[in-house]
Amino acid sequence: MSQSRIMPGFRPTVSFTVFYLSLVVLIPLSTLVFKSFELNFDDYVNIITHKRVVAAFRVSFTTALGAAVIASFFGFIVAWVLTRYSFAGKRFFHAIIDLPFALPTAVAGIVLATIFQPSGFLGKFLKQNFDLQIGFKPAGIVVALIFISIPFVVRTVEPVLQEFDSRMEEAASSLGATRWQVFTKIIFPNIFPALLTGFALSFARGVGEYGSVIFIAGNLPYVSEIVPLLIITKLEQYDMPGATAIALTMLVISFLLLLMINLLQHWVRKRSGQL
Amino acid sequence: MSAAISTRVHQSTLDDANWVRWSLITIALGFVVLFLCVPLVLVIIQAFSKGFGAYFSALSQPDMQAAMRLTLLTALITVPLNTVFGVAAAWAITRFEFRGKDLLITLIDLPFSVSPVISGLIFVLMFGAQGWFGSWFVEHDIKIIFAVPGIVLATLFITFPFVARQLIPLMQEMGSEEEEAALSLGASGWKTFFLITLPNIKWALLYGVLLCNARAMGEFGAVSVVSGHIRGMTNTLPLHVEVSYNEYDTVSAFAGASILAGLAIVTLILKTLLEWKQRTNQATV
Repeated sequence: MSQSRIMPGFRPTVSFTVFYLSLVVLIPLSTLVFKSFELNFDDYVNIITHKRVVAAFRVSFTTALGAAVIASFFGFIVAWVLTRYSFAGKRFFHAIIDLPFALPTAVAGIVLATIFQPSGFLGKFLKQNFDLQIGFKPAGIVVALIFISIPFVVRTVEPVLQEFDSRMEEAASSLGATRWQVFTKIIFPNIFPALLTGFALSFARGVGEYGSVIFIAGNLPYVSEIVPLLIITKLEQYDMPGATAIALTMLVISFLLLLMINLLQHWVRKRSGQL
Repeated sequence: MSAAISTRVHQSTLDDANWVRWSLITIALGFVVLFLCVPLVLVIIQAFSKGFGAYFSALSQPDMQAAMRLTLLTALITVPLNTVFGVAAAWAITRFEFRGKDLLITLIDLPFSVSPVISGLIFVLMFGAQGWFGSWFVEHDIKIIFAVPGIVLATLFITFPFVARQLIPLMQEMGSEEEEAALSLGASGWKTFFLITLPNIKWALLYGVLLCNARAMGEFGAVSVVSGHIRGMTNTLPLHVEVSYNEYDTVSAFAGASILAGLAIVTLILKTLLEWKQRTNQATV
């Protein structure tokens, strides 16, 4: 490469980057992999197929899925409203979307628990009027994960909506398409990959989320106990093999999700490149 | 004639009907208010629920003060380290071609996809009593886990990608012509960096530092695994909030939470300003 002849700092920056990356990220992460080699395969299978572990994985995945679906639906509407309409206070709403990125998860956790617990102001209202309990139930986990997911969906969909070529809409409507047809046949198919990416990002984050969930979940084994909490429980009982096996499984699933997200984003870029 | 047609098309099918517009705005804002605004306001209401006196006395408790100091200390160590790394990594990745570059970019993003609890667990596996280096550290009477170094390491891991991730796309897009010009005119490497590169990336750099700092001060899951929750010693502010909440000390919990919420609000305001700065900066370049 011609630029490397004049550009200084190749050796120091690359070696520092690789050194620091190894020290802070790669070596610590590899401990988990090496520690799990100390388990034999049967032990691993026994730990992972234990009823309580299977239940925790089911709780984590179903709640993260539910939250990602709900957040995608509302997040899409929020992104649509923020890019297409003008109304009073738009800037404020635009800025507050990122609150879940900036607010520590423990704060979100205690505040959502306070709102939705049976004696909390929304919890009480839902209980009295609809006989619905959210706090200390799996539904509470979904509420906490929706909170966490909002910016992932909105911030992924928003730029694509913003850059959407309105000439396609104009062409369709001048050819006689109704507004609903323009939306379902032109706009939505073009936004869909971005929405799916936002959905996958929320899902991936939701599966591993801990801080915002534990206060509102009730943490009842088999019912509302999430995988990250189970890892901590195993750790507190000094059950290192248990914690390691569950964590490794979780890590592998996260990496598969990450791979999927990268492929999705590649697809989004390719599609928007074609437009 | 054509203008008339395009206006007609515009009005009938390019704009959503008024009822659609207003119902969507209502749904969107209702959702945002319920899930984002109400929780934020409630933190403040709960913090002051027993009056100003109780709020300020909760904030001046020694354990609370210690938690705030530990949170500040952790951010003061981790943010500069990850900032230096972010700049070096962005320089290496965007200014040179080498094999394994794509892999390097993927690896830098890795901590984002690891559950916070696992991020803490790996340091327990490394430095805990049964861990890899555990026995060596025990022999030399150095505490990593259930002590401040463990908290710093876990936070370092969690906030690792923030700065690099802001800088890499920007510096890629900027290209290196300006720097090459300066270098070929005889400027030294450092001079080129400080006079050419830094002014170009400063807003994105501050943006990365801001996000990195917010996460460093607010991290809960990873820190909770390595801290051991020793009051006044290894509780960061988010952990102190948890402990107080679990002990039904609502005023303390929400007083601590209000400080963190204040930090989040300041972060959001600065973030909005920096986004605006970055946009105007790019427009002039």
